[in-house]
Amino acid sequence: MGAQSISTILVSRILQGILVVFVVLSVVFLVSRLARNPVEYLTTDQTTAEEKELLKEQLGLSGPIGIQYVNFLVDAVQLDLGNSFISARPALSEVTSRAPKTLQLGAAALIFSLVLGIPLGVIAALNRATPTDWMARFLAVLGQAIPNFWLGLILIFFFAVQLDWMPTGGSGGVEHLVLPTITLGLLASAVSMRLTRSGMIDVMGTDFIRTARAKGLRESSIIWRHAVRHALLPVATILGIQVGYMIAGTVIVEQVFAWPGIGRLMLHTILVGDFPVMIAGILIISTSIVVVNILVDLSYPIIDPRIRAGTR
Amino acid sequence: MAARAVAAAPASLLRGVGLGGSWQRVAMLAPAIIILLAFLVAGIFADLLSAYDPEHIVLIERLIPPAFQEGGSWAHPLGTDNLGRDILSRVMYGARVSLLVVVTCIPASALIGTLCGLLAGWRLGWWDRFLMRIVDVQLALPAILFALLISVVFGASLLNVILIIIIFSWSGYARLVRADVLSLREQEFVVAARASGASDKRILFRHVLPNLLNTIVIMATLDVPSVILIEAALSFLSIGVAPGTPSWGAMISEGRNFMTIAWWPIWMPGIAILLVSLTGNLMGDWLRDTLDPRLRNLR
Repeated sequence: MGAQSISTILVSRILQGILVVFVVLSVVFLVSRLARNPVEYLTTDQTTAEEKELLKEQLGLSGPIGIQYVNFLVDAVQLDLGNSFISARPALSEVTSRAPKTLQLGAAALIFSLVLGIPLGVIAALNRATPTDWMARFLAVLGQAIPNFWLGLILIFFFAVQLDWMPTGGSGGVEHLVLPTITLGLLASAVSMRLTRSGMIDVMGTDFIRTARAKGLRESSIIWRHAVRHALLPVATILGIQVGYMIAGTVIVEQVFAWPGIGRLMLHTILVGDFPVMIAGILIISTSIVVVNILVDLSYPIIDPRIRAGTR
Repeated sequence: MAARAVAAAPASLLRGVGLGGSWQRVAMLAPAIIILLAFLVAGIFADLLSAYDPEHIVLIERLIPPAFQEGGSWAHPLGTDNLGRDILSRVMYGARVSLLVVVTCIPASALIGTLCGLLAGWRLGWWDRFLMRIVDVQLALPAILFALLISVVFGASLLNVILIIIIFSWSGYARLVRADVLSLREQEFVVAARASGASDKRILFRHVLPNLLNTIVIMATLDVPSVILIEAALSFLSIGVAPGTPSWGAMISEGRNFMTIAWWPIWMPGIAILLVSLTGNLMGDWLRDTLDPRLRNLR
């Protein structure tokens, strides 16, 4: 394959991304209408049939499902996902008003996972098959095995209830962010650590590291300037997937720590049957996952010069 | 002849699992095997082993501590929960729920994923593009959100949890199998089989599939902890098993409100999840190192 221009790749990735978001929205819309009309969630047995019809009319839920679907898509393209059944405010702004909180938590957890995972992976690789390595690998396995909702509760139990160092939940200052960040970021840090470690082990055995040594470069410069850069490629590759997992994780972590972000909103809206807000939330979440994956794809040439040269 | 080719892969599997490893590794694996056996026995024989009905409520016996703590008794070795139900019995029945999820979800998603992966990697073209787009959609719609939706529309039940997990995990196998088929299809023995006029079905099932078994077994082992964790997480959010069912996740969710006065209702099921999940991860890693070190970056 010849070297495609970056803009061609970008356009095709964006088109694919739009297709993916379209399919996600369609699936969610159809599934949410599959069992019964959403009006059924909002009314009681005492509601008369006329009142139900009126409510359906008001909420745009009357008529054949095909027509409703087309109307939904036409509105969705104009970023109008209807109003919340509960608060009557636009569904999309209900979600976006919560976004900063989730972004805070997600960014903190991502940074935490990289800051913990990468150095630990490098240290484990450099001390391969020593107790340091075993310890680091055991921590990684533990981090992958521990259920995040349980970890959150245990952290609350020790650090908020017993020691009273941190608040048990809610949001506010930095101290509110500490426990949720650890809970959300631990799994990702375990994955980053393992990938960094195996990447480092591979790269330390290659010719170019031997050349760098032969040139008489300092060991610290070889490791941190040359080797780590290569070892990080797999970490960057799965960054998109990691962000996807984290977004899913926020639903749980926000619930455990009563963190007022999108995840907690989603759980709430779904339990009360507020479908417009739920669909808006899924639109925002899916779009952000797609965008992150496109950005990760675009960042490969920056991290790995071999791709820039068009050898891919 | 053909039968031997199929048998060859499990044989190599057994060789890898068996005495090939050093005694150190076997010693390290012993605790993992014990935990795994305990999990299996507890799950399969929960009704014979447990002294109490896991859903039997005895309000005067609320929050009795475990036997080893002051105030506990051997009548309830792991104590009782906020409704006076025996925690040991509930943990054993919880193992049954987790086991059920494992034995249904993993074979189903491995089978669906393998067939789709074979199809995509062999036929390429339209099939391949279609499959990869489905994978993209799944990556963009987190399983937990889809599960939330399903639980509201169809209600919370174990069957729904199992279906959701299958829907979201088959594509992992499909991607892996597809990638392997892409490289295998260019190899000489496959090209030779094609040249000699073998049918697609014969090539795929007699020549390609036996070479994929290691990969699939490793992936399936690593999937054991992840499906257990997904079920527990969904049940924790009360969108998994039906209310009242003794699932580990649901137990933690119920114990949460009494966390400050009684530690055991959330620790006991939590430790159960942690041990089984740790064991599954260790076994998966060990299988991968033994059978196929190439797959180190699988997850």
